[in-house]
Order: sequence, then C-alpha cells, then structure tokens
Amino acid sequence: MSDLTHMSIAGALKGLESKDFTAVELAQAHIDAVEAAKDLNAFVTETPEIALKQAAESDKRRADSKAGALDGIPLAIKDLFCTEGVQTTASSHILEGFVPQYESTVTANLFREGAVMLGKASLDEFAMGSGNTHSYFGNVINPWKGEDGKPLVPGGSSGGSAAIVAARAAMGATGTDTGGSIRQPASFCGITGVKPTYGRCSRWGVIAFASSLDQPGVLARSTEDCALLLQSMAGHDPKDSTSAQKDVPDFAAAITGDIKGFKIGIPKEYRMDGMPDEIEKLWQQGVEWIKDAGADIVDISLPHTKYALATYYIIAPAEASSNLARYDGVRYGLREEGEDLRAMYEKTRAAGFGDEVKRRIMIGTYVLSAGYYDAYYIKAQKVRRLISEDFTKAFEQCDALLTPTAPSAAFAIGENEDDPIKMYLNDVFTVPASLAGLPGMSVPAGLNADGLPLGLQVIGRPWDEETVFKVGGVLEEKAAFTALPQSVIRKAA
Amino acid sequence: MSMDKETVRKVAGLARIQMDDAELETMAPQLSKIIDWIEQLAEVDTDNVEPLANVVNINLALREDKITDGDCADKVLANAPEDVQGFFVVSKVVE
Amino acid sequence: MAQLTKGKTGEWETVIGMEVHAQVIAESKLFSGASTKFGAEPNSQVSLVDAAMPGMLPVLNEHVVEQAIKTGLGINSQVNKHSVFARKNYFYPDLPQGYQISQFDQPIVGEGTIEIDLKDGTVKEIGITRMHLEQDAGKSLHDQHPTKSYVDLNRSGCALMEIVSEPDIRGPEEAAAYISKLRMILRYLGTCDGNMDEGSMRADVNISVRKPGAELGTRAEIKNVNSVKAVQQSIDFEVQRQIEILEGGGEIKQETRLWDPDKNETRSMRSKEEAHDYRYFPDPDLLPLELSDEQIERIRKTLPELPDEKKHRFMDEFGLSAYDASVLIAERPRADYYETVAKDRDAKLAANWVINELLGILNKNDQDIADSPISAENLGGMIGLISDNTISGKIAKDVFAEMYKSGKDAGSIVEEKGLKQVTDTGAIEAIVDEVLAENPDNVAAYKGGKDKLFGFFVGQVMKKSQGKANPAAVNELLKQKLS
Ligand SMILES: [Mg+2]
Ligand SMILES: [Zn+2]
Repeated sequence: MSDLTHMSIAGALKGLESKDFTAVELAQAHIDAVEAAKDLNAFVTETPEIALKQAAESDKRRADSKAGALDGIPLAIKDLFCTEGVQTTASSHILEGFVPQYESTVTANLFREGAVMLGKASLDEFAMGSGNTHSYFGNVINPWKGEDGKPLVPGGSSGGSAAIVAARAAMGATGTDTGGSIRQPASFCGITGVKPTYGRCSRWGVIAFASSLDQPGVLARSTEDCALLLQSMAGHDPKDSTSAQKDVPDFAAAITGDIKGFKIGIPKEYRMDGMPDEIEKLWQQGVEWIKDAGADIVDISLPHTKYALATYYIIAPAEASSNLARYDGVRYGLREEGEDLRAMYEKTRAAGFGDEVKRRIMIGTYVLSAGYYDAYYIKAQKVRRLISEDFTKAFEQCDALLTPTAPSAAFAIGENEDDPIKMYLNDVFTVPASLAGLPGMSVPAGLNADGLPLGLQVIGRPWDEETVFKVGGVLEEKAAFTALPQSVIRKAA
Repeated sequence: MSMDKETVRKVAGLARIQMDDAELETMAPQLSKIIDWIEQLAEVDTDNVEPLANVVNINLALREDKITDGDCADKVLANAPEDVQGFFVVSKVVE
Repeated sequence: MAQLTKGKTGEWETVIGMEVHAQVIAESKLFSGASTKFGAEPNSQVSLVDAAMPGMLPVLNEHVVEQAIKTGLGINSQVNKHSVFARKNYFYPDLPQGYQISQFDQPIVGEGTIEIDLKDGTVKEIGITRMHLEQDAGKSLHDQHPTKSYVDLNRSGCALMEIVSEPDIRGPEEAAAYISKLRMILRYLGTCDGNMDEGSMRADVNISVRKPGAELGTRAEIKNVNSVKAVQQSIDFEVQRQIEILEGGGEIKQETRLWDPDKNETRSMRSKEEAHDYRYFPDPDLLPLELSDEQIERIRKTLPELPDEKKHRFMDEFGLSAYDASVLIAERPRADYYETVAKDRDAKLAANWVINELLGILNKNDQDIADSPISAENLGGMIGLISDNTISGKIAKDVFAEMYKSGKDAGSIVEEKGLKQVTDTGAIEAIVDEVLAENPDNVAAYKGGKDKLFGFFVGQVMKKSQGKANPAAVNELLKQKLS
C-alpha cells in the first residue's frame, strides 16, 4: 500500500474516517518508507515502536468516535523539540543521550490531537545552519538530485524534517524557524513550510537557539496540510511569556483561492545583485499568477533589507551564546572531566559543540562583551527596529509580500563550507521577516534548469497567517507543483 | 584582523570553550571575517532609534504565586552525569 | 559627625556603600512554581525551569512584583513603571542557566532614602541608589567530599531584592544602623523575613578609606557578611587593613574579599579574581515589565505604618521617650502588642511593663513576643488592675509571674489567690493596731525620735496583710497612730 505515503494529511484523515485503512497501516507504511529512506540520514532517532503504539491507540479512539483533529497522522518531529522519554539531541554531541522528562507544548498539542511520531528528525546542530551539514549525527541528504547526481543539502536547519516529508516518509513535520530554518529547507526540498508569527506557537520545551527569533512551525506537502498541522500546534501557552493570548483562526478555511482585490507587495530591495536568472524568472512568474488571480501588485520598498543578515548575525549569536551556557556538563548531557571545574567546563564544551556552534558562541560572546555591546548588539537592535518599521510601512500599502524564498536551489554537500558568510547568504530573503517576527510561508513553485525545486515566499502582517495561507494557496494552485524527488521516483519504479 | 589570536583566546575563556593554539589560529581569521562583515551596520544612521529587543506586541503575563512545580528530584537528576544522595556532583570548586 | 580612624599619618575617613540581598517572601520562586521553603531535601524544590533543562522558560511571579513595589515605596524610592529583566552571564555550578536573570540598567526601583538613628540621637539619611529583582543561585557544598563539590538547586531561582545604597555610610555604627533599619522596614512590610542566619538577608559591603575631604579611594567588596555584628567586625578589620597598606606606601586593589567570621578577617577570593565580563543583555525570554500608576497606588494604600512614623506617633500619642518608642517599634508584632496593652490605659505604665518586665523575661528565656504566654489583652488587664488600685505594683509582680507561668488572665489570678488589695480602712486599722501592740519597744523608740522605724511598721503591716493592704492607707493610718 505504498500510495498511503503519497496521500495528503487531509486525504489520509478522510481515509481513516471511512475505514479505507487503519492508523496502524498508515504508520507501518511510513515506517517502511523511513526504512527505505535511510540513506537520507534524516533522523537522529527513529521511533517505530512509539509510532505503532500511538497508531493502535489512534485506531481505538477512532472506533470510539473520540478521534482528534490529526488522529493517526504520522509525523517527524524536529529533534529540537523535547519529547518525554525519547532522546532529544538538537543534533549535538553535547546532548547525546539526553532524555527529557517533559514534553514540549507543541508536540504535546500534536499528540493531544492524535498525531503519531515516527522519529526525531535531524537538524543543523542547535538549529545553526542552512544546509543540515552541521549535525553531529552526519549530513542529511536531499531526496532531490541534480543532473550530475551529486548529493545535495536539504537546506537547514530543519533539513531532516524537510527531507523526510519530501521523501514521502512522513506526512508532515515540525520545524523551527529562527532566520529561515523552515522556509529555506522547504524550498530546497520542494515542499511547503510555514513559520507563523512570533508568539503564535509556544517555545516551551523547544531547545533554544535565539529566543527572540525562534518560532516553531510546520513542513508538509500542501498549504492545507500545513494549515491542519499548525491549527493543532498553535495557541497561547502560559509557560511561555512570549506566547500571545490570541485566538487561533481556522487556517485551512482561509485557503479559498480568492485573492481578488488583495494588494501584494513586491519589495524592490529583494532584487539583488547577482541573483540567478532562474530565481528572478520564478519570482516574475509568481507575480503573473497573483495578477491572474485578480490581486493587485504593488511595488514597495524595504530600505533596510540589505542590513538584515548582518543584524541577524549579531542578535542570533548573542542570544545563542547565552542560551547555550547551560550545556556545562553539570546536570545533563556530555561531561568531559578535567583537572578542575573550569577545565571540565572547557573540555566538555570543546568536545560537545561542533565548529559552527562554536563560531556562533564566540561571535555572540564577543558582541556582548564589555566595550563592544553598544557598537554591535545595541546597534543591531536599532537596525532591527528600522527593519521592522520598514515592514510596518509596507503593510500600509499591501496585504502580503511575495518574494523568492532562497537565492538558489539546493546546493551540493560541501559547497559553501569554506566560507561561513556564503552559507549565511542562503537566508537573505527569509531573515528580514524573522527579525520582524512576521509569518512567512514557502510554496514550491517550479524547478530550475537542473530539475531542482524552487520556492516562493509569502510574508504577512503579524497575526495574519490567514492571508499568508490564502495567497500561498493561490500560488500552490497556479504552480501545480507535482514533481517528485528522484529517490521517490526510483522507489515507485 | 578585528579578532586576533589573543582576543579569540580571551573570548573562548569567557565562553568556556577550550581551544588550543592551532584552533585559535584557524578561528581568528574566520571570526574576523564575520566581524568585519557585520560592521557594515556602522553605515546605518540609527540616531534617535530605540533598540528593539522583542517583536511580540503583548504585555508580560505574570503567574500567580502558587506552588505548582518542584518535588521532582528524580526528574531533575535523571540525566545527571554524576549525582549522590540527591546532589549533583562536580569537581571541587575552590573559593 | 563622621567617624574618623586615627592612623600613623593622621585621620582617615571610612566610606561605605552596601548591597543587601533580601529574599522576597513568596510561596514560589521568581520564575517557577517550585516552593521557596527553607531546609528541604536536596533538589526537592527544583522545577525543570530552575534546573535549566533545555527549552525551559521563565514566567514571572506576580506576587514578587508586588512585594518589590511595596519595598520600593517602603524605602521611599522611585518605583519605575518600566523595567527590564536582563541576563548576567557567568559560569558557576550553582548557576544552572549559565546566567542569572537580574535587572541591569532598568531596575524596578530607582533612587530613594532611608533614615537611620544614631546613638547620639541624630538622624542621618542614607541614599538608596536602586533596587532590583533577581534570581538566587543554588548552593554548592564543599565539605562533603575531599575532591568533589555537591550542588543543591533548592534555592536556585528564589526571588531576591538587591538593594544598593549610595556610599553615604561612614563607619561600622552607621553600617549596623543601616542594615538594622533596612531589615526592620522589610519585616514591617512583610517582604523579607530578615533572617540573616538562614541567609534570607545577606550583605556585601563596599569599603574604602580616604583622607577627610579627599577623592574616593579604591574600594574592596566584602562578601559573606551575614550578621549585624559581622558587618561591624568586617568593617573594623577592613579599615585597618586598608589604612596599613596605604600608610605603608601600598595601593588598595579593587577586589572581592570574603569575610571569615571564625578568623575575624577578610581575605581575597581567588576564584573571583579573574576579571568578570558579565555580558548583560535584555532577557529575550521575557518582555519588559510595565506597571501602571493605579497598580502602584493600590499597593501604596496597603502599606503598613512604617517604623519611623510609628515611633513618632508613639512619642506623640503615648508620651513615650524616644528611647522607649524605639524599643517598642523595633518589631512590628512588638509594637502591635504594646498598642493592645496600652489601649485606653496608662500608656507609660504599659510601656514600662512591656519593656522592663515582659521583654526582660522573654529575652531571658529566648522567646519572641509571638511566643509570649501572656497575651497583650491579659497584660493590659493587669495594667488596668494596677491603675484602679485593685492590686499594688508589688502584688502585680507576683500576678505577672503567675500569668507568665499559667497564661491565665490577671483578674482570675487575683481572685483565686485572694490578692485583691485591701482598701477598707477598718480592716487595715485592725492590723495596724495589732502590729503596734506586738512591738511596744519599737513604738517607744520611734516616738523617741528613731524615724527610720516607720518603714519597719509599714513592712510589718504589709506582711500581715500578705501584701494586699493599700500602701497609701497603711501610711496614713500609721502616721495617725504614731503621732
Ligand atoms: Mg551585586
Ligand atoms: Zn545580586
């Protein structure tokens, strides 16, 4: 029953309800698919026993007419979400073997609605990266391949989540997005990813990278599936002081296909020097689709766009340097003994963190240190305000923005590794919305000359995910993206 | 180079990450390049701009002063590298 | 005015500023729902937040905020409507997060003043620089194992108020008066129990010396100063140490020193010597704390009468001396007790009994006013019996002792033991006659000019009446009969 793994979440829920198949069958199909996708290295920890147990319970609930909104849907959980009794590593050696005694709010919400966990998906260590090449547990491989057949990155940091959903081995996945970590891998893997407004989903139980930017979100194969997942995940959590007391709208209901009269902004600053033609063309195609659908295109300006990356690479490392101070070998995780306590700290952290994490801790420590705080950190916060105000002004003229998601398609593993800044540039289109806390979505919109997927990004006003879903739904319909990654085609053949 | 080897050594000390000379040598130019790159912010006019620390536009919610947590030493110690009689154990701290 | 210390090169002035950490009275911690009770099993009052498990987040305790506002108002300080929690980053095993959530450049309470009373009767104002809220750290035990330290996080995350004074304090007496006054105010407010033994109030003392009128000298920060006595002793030691260094041509190093109460000395803290760079920045897990005028005013209305006000009222309303008033207001329960005793009674007499007798015996038996077997109502009842001549002051002492023993009220004791004062002149006259008849020699001697014997007759009459005869009536009758 391999077609079970090709269904949408909405379709699977219908199938379960009409008893076409059971949750256990659905889970088993996905467990088999996970097994078949082993070479992608998408999981740090696979949890087939848990999946089958949850699926069996799901079948029981459905028989008792007590099924939740996602009952029986097999998902991958980014290994940044703490899961009670299941190893949670953030893809870091320093947390290898760490078994949380608690469940993150987001995963608890998903399980409350009956979701089934296939495993803990790999990521860039502590969510720091754009290629999933910075994982202690090895690179994740994109199920898509270019003409030369070289293994490609799935994007990052939610690379395991994106790869496994694209490979049809999970119906959806949780992700977290700090500077583009949901949207960019979604674009690289030809799936849909949504980062909601900062404060929409609880950060409680999500291992922190940069607290003022981190936001849980979803990856799935359609806007509707993303809407269904986000619906269950979102909501106010009194355990997270930055979680907003806002009603969660019906996201799926917002996908009407009707954007007549909407004003969609095209930020001129996103047309960057050296942007590949294929990205430019795809963006233009998106503009046409929007016009076709009866919305108006508005040229807008986000004058401080150019400074967003530098701002982000001060603020995020600064917060990270502090957030990661708790990994000290005292209470959990790795400990490397030393001749005294200080040596224990230094050896533990030297052995436990990978190079990129070390670099960011170092940058963050430096920009917060005496004499540099004002010049770097405060300066970055001021520019962050200017970036945020750019968006506020833009949204006086339009209802949503349309941009490319990433400046390129997935690149080969090993590329961009020599130069951290080149790697950082991957997030050039996603970081500004992160700094402003805005909802954003990446929708697969086409293939490049090499046959690799490219995404378009929709950015909305704070708390207006509905418009983002609405516009994203139109792009999805117009793009009619049906291409499959090579690994899936191979298997089907 | 904005971050020379000695600066990197100092920062690594603050961050409690052991780095040998070879690592400091590799790290210094990498970090310097990043710092030089982020220094482009200097060209932005931020006079009279308030720093923005939080984007979420809500008031800080407070909790009631009630005991709702604790009494879970087993959970607290479950992942401890070393513990004795309910205490975490580390190498002796010299005051 | 200023206390000066004589050195070899002349006089030195001591300049002191204090940082007092006071644990806020609250059921639960500053950012978690774990209990704050003292003395529990290790790590039993630790939430996953306090242990800084990955992904855990702080949520601010509403009551602690109110306590801080109350304290700010109680120390006559500015309450800031906008304040910010910041992270102070450093590594230490009893600091699980790797940072302490504190307040840095935007604390909840700003400038203010505290008045201290000095022995010479003068009042001095000590400036308050600021007060902020912050998390307490856990506790490391170093004496349980030869090469290991044990870490207990029970105290980790308890709410502290750090109250920072201006360098207005000029010597050990003022320092002691300052910390005692601060402690008294906090206890009045009910925001800190002031228990220095259990560490719920701890002082860091910043000390420097200078030639009078000169620029401020380099200061040393003395930690671990955990009693009023230690405050005085550590200052005495540190002032001498600094003067000796300076007079020997040396320089004072700006450093943190530890007070060792056993050796009576301060010593350099090796582990703290490394230059700190705390990298403060606003905690991104928390939003700024915004207070409204209404909220502050609502709390202002709940403030109790504070020690200074109470002292002046006691002096005005009850006619007490400044000294008696200070003794009575030193603790709020003591002042309340006194007021109950004195209500509608002879207030000065009440003050004498509370201060001299009650506090005397409680002190002797190491008891608090809350433990007093004599209730305020009962002591008041006894004062009433004295005032209306039911019992004499002398009998009252016996009644008091009995009340302390049994907890009974004065009326029933007087009744049971028949201690009621005899005021009936007929009855007293009979006893007087009896005494005179039994002592003819003394009567003759008295009449012969030995005036001193008058006291003997009074004593005999009182003895025969078992102390119950009204002394005034006895005097009167004896005078008549012996003239
Ligand atoms: Mg201090
Ligand atoms: Zn402090």
